[in-house]
Amino acid sequence: MHATNATLPPEERTAPPGADGAIFARLFRSARLYAGSFALPVLVWQLIFFVAPLCFLVAMSFWVVQSYRLVPDFDTGNWARVLGMKVFWDAYARTFAMAAGAAALISMLAFPVTCFLAFRLTPAARRLAMLMLVVPFFTSYLVRAYTWQVFLADDGIVNAALTAIGMQDLAMLNTVFGTFVGYVTLCLPLVILLQLMSVASVDRTLIEAARNLRCSPMRTVFRVVIPASRVGLTLGATFCFILVFGDFVSPTYLGGGNAPTLGILITDFTKAGNQWPRAAVVAITMIVTLLTVAFLAVRFAYRKTGETA
Amino acid sequence: MTERRTLTRRGVIKGAAAAMLATTGLTGLAPRRADAGTTELNMLSWYGHAEPEMIAAFEERHNVRINKKYYVGGDQMLALLAQSPPGTYDIVLSDREYIEQLAAAEMIEPLDPADYPFDDFFPEFQKMPGHWQGDTLLSVMIRFGYLGLSYNEEALSPEDVRSYEILWNERLAGKVGHFDWHLPNFGTVSKALGHDAPFDLDAGQWQAVQDRTFALRSQAAGFFDYGGVLSSLRSGQVLAMPGIGDWITGVLRRDGAPVTTVIPDEGGLLWAESLSIGRGSRHPELAREFIRYVLSPEGQVKTATLEAYPALLPTKSGWTALADRNPEEAERQGMVLNGANALDVLRDGRISLRALPVQQSLEDWNEAWSTYKNL
Repeated sequence: MHATNATLPPEERTAPPGADGAIFARLFRSARLYAGSFALPVLVWQLIFFVAPLCFLVAMSFWVVQSYRLVPDFDTGNWARVLGMKVFWDAYARTFAMAAGAAALISMLAFPVTCFLAFRLTPAARRLAMLMLVVPFFTSYLVRAYTWQVFLADDGIVNAALTAIGMQDLAMLNTVFGTFVGYVTLCLPLVILLQLMSVASVDRTLIEAARNLRCSPMRTVFRVVIPASRVGLTLGATFCFILVFGDFVSPTYLGGGNAPTLGILITDFTKAGNQWPRAAVVAITMIVTLLTVAFLAVRFAYRKTGETA
Repeated sequence: MTERRTLTRRGVIKGAAAAMLATTGLTGLAPRRADAGTTELNMLSWYGHAEPEMIAAFEERHNVRINKKYYVGGDQMLALLAQSPPGTYDIVLSDREYIEQLAAAEMIEPLDPADYPFDDFFPEFQKMPGHWQGDTLLSVMIRFGYLGLSYNEEALSPEDVRSYEILWNERLAGKVGHFDWHLPNFGTVSKALGHDAPFDLDAGQWQAVQDRTFALRSQAAGFFDYGGVLSSLRSGQVLAMPGIGDWITGVLRRDGAPVTTVIPDEGGLLWAESLSIGRGSRHPELAREFIRYVLSPEGQVKTATLEAYPALLPTKSGWTALADRNPEEAERQGMVLNGANALDVLRDGRISLRALPVQQSLEDWNEAWSTYKNL
């Protein structure tokens, strides 16, 4: 049996030779509509699960709490109170500095690994290595953080090893160092993967050209590889910043709540007096910060060569 | 002719709908149906009070099923109640200091004292402040405990912990842990400063409590939730912790950890848990039966040895039953009727009730606590 043109969906119909352009235009339009209908759920999803809660969050930051009950209102008192707290700005500066520091540190730790994976391994070995980088995500981050406690505790595995080789014990758990160990656990595999996407696709002829022109390996990295993989490097650092800026697990379970971050401040507000509106104020300042950082980073990553940021 | 399998819009939508239904079924979002004839009671409580070890016998006897909702902290309890319509919870377990607010917000029903065995209570607990408004009974005490100084027995001697002063000693630099809640921490520091009413502080006393607490910052190992408190004491990461008690160290001792709690010379705090009947409960008579069950010797023994956290009992028959059925635990907790026992510190006048701040707002205390953590 042979399907006639009329029974086929529009995009599968074949135009008879010599048909005029109107048919193509119709076909194109309908194909766009078809594709658009697939995009629609994404849009609806974003509206329901991102835009709507965000609007709700903003509205809630103006509510008041009366004997533990949230009462809709338009009271700017929460903003005045939170933004007037020294504790808030201390935590903000600290969280920002820790996120920026983690982004820089983890990017630097990741880059040599990325270069090794990109330039030294066969494609098959690289695929295996990438699979291995995904494996850590099979276990919950909270569980991995708890596991680090066993290693970092005062009489934990690391200190036992240090003592065995005659070195002094180190305080690691419940310190900023512990927090950073958690950040590296959270971000390093992801940053390597993001960097790898760009570094692996750097045009090899450029590297060879540099070598032919007697450029030293270090200089090749800084003048050829890094500029050519700017997108991956920037996205890696940005994702790291975003994850760390909002992280609650590491500062709590590995940092012991020492050097409290904005995430911890949010829980403080909700735990005491049911102050969700004030927690919302903190959350909104965090979202605005992250959107700004992400916007600037993307602009930097994709700007044309020669343009200034 | 072979059929061609293509991805069609309808197919995708059908697949998505099926997946959604499957997810709903798996996660149990679909309404549950109770067995015919079984009454359901809804209970709001701290973690652990509606586990089978505690409620199974009652459920069987009264052909009832208890649905539990656990909260973490009185603020969350009040928030949950404020957000639910009256009648959502039949039984509410609460800390003493929140009962007044529960009553003020009309979230609980007044009770008839004749329904409960107050004659069996030790005299100290018959008219527990906060559980009564004049002669109106709001909540019935079921268990209590003390908060003092918990410590690692391998690192500190009983002599060391005679006073809270040890917390500021350089021997404990970086080894003092905090349960991350302002009330017991500021409360014990207030006791350490000799304030008889540790939560009723004038401006000068409140400032002194803050200053003394803030001086502890360099000693602090960290700020922990329930799980963190247990693991840090267990691992020896933390050697001393103010403002917690046997409700933590009792659990750890069961596991053989060398930790215990003392009430130092300056004194300690008392927490008390009680049961109330939720406003608008559809089964008030069953809720009342449940409270009576917890106060019966059988229920008292169960609650004293609760898996989640042990506690002392306010009833004499509870002490007798515990000594009878679990003499080791009765001995460990000091619930022995003859000789020195757990009530001695209370009768010595060294214990103050844990309470909400009287002259400052809860907000002030909370912000001071956040400030301390940020130092």
